[in-house]
Amino acid sequence: MLKVLAALIPGIAVYVWFFGAAILVQIALASAAALAGEAAMLKLRGKPVALFLSDGSALVTAWLIALTFPPIAPWWLTVTATLFAIVVAKHLYGGLGQNPFNPAMVAFAVSIVAFPALMSQWPAVGFTDFTAQMAVVFKSQSAQDAVTMATPLDALRTSLHVPEARATVAGVLGSHATFGNIGGKGWEWIALAYLAGGLWLLQQRIITWHVPVAFLAVLALIAGGFSLANPERYAGPVFHVVTGGAMLGAFFIATDPVSGATTPRGKLIFAAGAALLTWIIRSFGAYPDGMAFAVLLMNLCVPLIDMGTQPPVFGHKGGMKGGGRQ
Amino acid sequence: MLATLFKFEGGVKPDSHKDESSQAPIAAAPVPARLVVPLRQSAGNAPLPLVQPGQKVLKGEPIGAADGSFSAAVHAPTSGTVLALEPRTLPHPSGLSAACVVIAPDGEERWIERAPLDWRSASPEALRDRLRDMGIVGLGGATFPSHIKLKPGAAGRIETLVINGAECEPWITCDDRLMRERAEGIVRGIDILRHIVSAGRVLVGVEDNKPQAVAALRAAIAQSHGIEVVPVPTRYPAGGEKQLIRVLTGIEIPYGRFGSEYGVQCFNVGTAYSVHRAIEIGEPLVSRIVTVSGNVARPGNFETLIGTPIDALLALVAPKADTDRYIMGGPMMGFTLARTDLPVTKAANCILAASPALFPRPGTEMPCIRCGACTRACPAELQPHELYWFARSKNFGKAQEYHIFDCIECGCCAYVCPSNIRLVDYYRFAKTSMRALEREKAAADAARQRFEFRNLRSEREAKEKAERLAAKTAAARQAIAGGEKPAAAAMPAAPEQAQALPQLDEAKKALIAAAITRAQAQKEGVQPKNIDNLAPEKQAEIREIEARRAQVRELAKTPPEEPV
Repeated sequence: MLKVLAALIPGIAVYVWFFGAAILVQIALASAAALAGEAAMLKLRGKPVALFLSDGSALVTAWLIALTFPPIAPWWLTVTATLFAIVVAKHLYGGLGQNPFNPAMVAFAVSIVAFPALMSQWPAVGFTDFTAQMAVVFKSQSAQDAVTMATPLDALRTSLHVPEARATVAGVLGSHATFGNIGGKGWEWIALAYLAGGLWLLQQRIITWHVPVAFLAVLALIAGGFSLANPERYAGPVFHVVTGGAMLGAFFIATDPVSGATTPRGKLIFAAGAALLTWIIRSFGAYPDGMAFAVLLMNLCVPLIDMGTQPPVFGHKGGMKGGGRQ
Repeated sequence: MLATLFKFEGGVKPDSHKDESSQAPIAAAPVPARLVVPLRQSAGNAPLPLVQPGQKVLKGEPIGAADGSFSAAVHAPTSGTVLALEPRTLPHPSGLSAACVVIAPDGEERWIERAPLDWRSASPEALRDRLRDMGIVGLGGATFPSHIKLKPGAAGRIETLVINGAECEPWITCDDRLMRERAEGIVRGIDILRHIVSAGRVLVGVEDNKPQAVAALRAAIAQSHGIEVVPVPTRYPAGGEKQLIRVLTGIEIPYGRFGSEYGVQCFNVGTAYSVHRAIEIGEPLVSRIVTVSGNVARPGNFETLIGTPIDALLALVAPKADTDRYIMGGPMMGFTLARTDLPVTKAANCILAASPALFPRPGTEMPCIRCGACTRACPAELQPHELYWFARSKNFGKAQEYHIFDCIECGCCAYVCPSNIRLVDYYRFAKTSMRALEREKAAADAARQRFEFRNLRSEREAKEKAERLAAKTAAARQAIAGGEKPAAAAMPAAPEQAQALPQLDEAKKALIAAAITRAQAQKEGVQPKNIDNLAPEKQAEIREIEARRAQVRELAKTPPEEPV
């Protein structure tokens, strides 16, 4: 788990570079809430607190929450969401190893349903003034339009969903300087940093290639196919892969072993399904980014996927020389 | 290199720790003051004891005869006097005890007459019987009787013989030393094994961390054709029988099947060597090479008489002060010995002295996070984390569905588990629980059959008794009613008493015959079906009881009648 945290550091560094130090405050808030919630639950459940706290799993949940939430979300939202993830999504299901749903994604889904406005309040690139950011986070000062902006995904959704606007992908993305040409200025670089961290996790054998490769490939393929057919309505594959939570999700969220599939084929199906759902929600859904819902929906399917994808056992492979079926 | 190597999935690469014990030549462990030789030292039936306390035995004299074909004989490891034939604790994880022959050596090491066998002209059957009577069993640790593995299987012929010199467990070097020092004997044993099964090719698999062993074997096979020494990649458990067969031939043998069914069979190098001793010299298996290593001052390999107390071996290597326990077998598959006064058996390839520094106890067991490290390490390609959940929740049906019995208990999963879960212990628990449940079910079935049989019997007896009583009453009534014809049936004609005797006899015989047929008909009528499936000896017992019962009934029927 500590290696997972280490792998997130490049992404966080780039995040700070583009969007200021607020994200560090969010990470600290979420970490403190996660550790406090985890300790309290462990104590209530009569488990050795220090031993379980040291596994780092609560911190991973906390960091993922901080990184998927807007960095200028009010402090109480981050804290409440983290406590919800740890207490309800994790410990009420039996704690480490027992939760059927990814706790960080449960927190995200609950928050975006309960506080859609706050969850859509993203800082504009260049808004790195720490004092101003803290004012938004702690004093609930309403964020000015000057400091917030819609993410490219959000802008695309709101514009393209209104037929009368006759908006096109190129038009929407070109309408705002900060959207840049690829996936939102700054965000592409953060995504690339996540990719670097994810590749390091692969190299360290913390995760296997199945989930990230299947997720990114399927997302790119679907997005590519639709954008070829109708480039005005559907954004291209590169945009989908580097924007929103795709890269973070591919390497850090969908790879959660506890709530994900475990067989090699199961991982491919799980990730492909998550990618498909992400694209569908992004393109047709009511929420700008579908990563959280896609992962939660696929979490639901995990027992079925695992059951249906049991690999053959040594000596029981049908066509193999010598390996007889029973 | 002719052979193309295949690959088995999973596996781990623990520190090998071979150098500690592989440097010194094999030394002979001295004959101890007492030898405790367990009768049952192989898979299958326990041999039948052939000796009695007080009896003198010679070295190599059989003390236990193979009981049936799935068994192997046991021999006196040295000459001396049998002190006792009694249950003693065995070096086994269960800590159970079983019949052992205790021998006080006389120190003279007098052999029985050793008769070599000209194997080239002997039939495979004769050679297999000889191996059984020489107590040859697999020395890799499983102690499966070798003669059974040499029977041709469903595939007809064993085309490929795989000889296992991989020795993949860390610390253990007994096969390594054997290959380096006695390669010629191993090759001669291989020739005999090959002759028995008329195998076309022989592949000797040796992990590539034992170059001296490979060189020695290659030098020894210079004259033999069709034997190939193949260095295999060092990766635990490459020396697992199924894994080595897979690596060398590409054939996968599922659980519960013999290699011979797939035209391949595997023997350990130590077994091959003991085959050579048994056939060409006439020496039964009375000793084996044991690696004694770990936290000791003078690790090494010792040619040890079967039955030597482990204590005596440990005295040779001087365990260090911080030794906290002893392990029989390697660190991956071995088990902690509860005591060290237990005997060395044919299965004992290694004794390790463990210290907290050398063999740290695994950390606290944490929850499984389904990370899949175990799945990637499993050479049987199982889903260990799923099996763990099923075993933990005692969902044995599901565990079986996920092939828990295919688990070879190699320990790779537990070795890589980041949550320190002792996975193999859970599988062993599940397997033994399932076997116990099956035994219980069989016992319950037998009890139910006995109960039903008893009910039927008592019903039948009550019925018969009632019939007899009714018949008696009827006879009495008849006698009272027809006073002028007393005992009409028994004494037909009073005036002709002189000739009556033979007639009476005839009448009696007819009556008895009628009674017997009646009884038989009755018996057949109510014969319960559940005794049909019993073992022959049980059925014989039942027949005996029935015969006695019939006799009693006849006695009861023939006059003079006793009051019932």
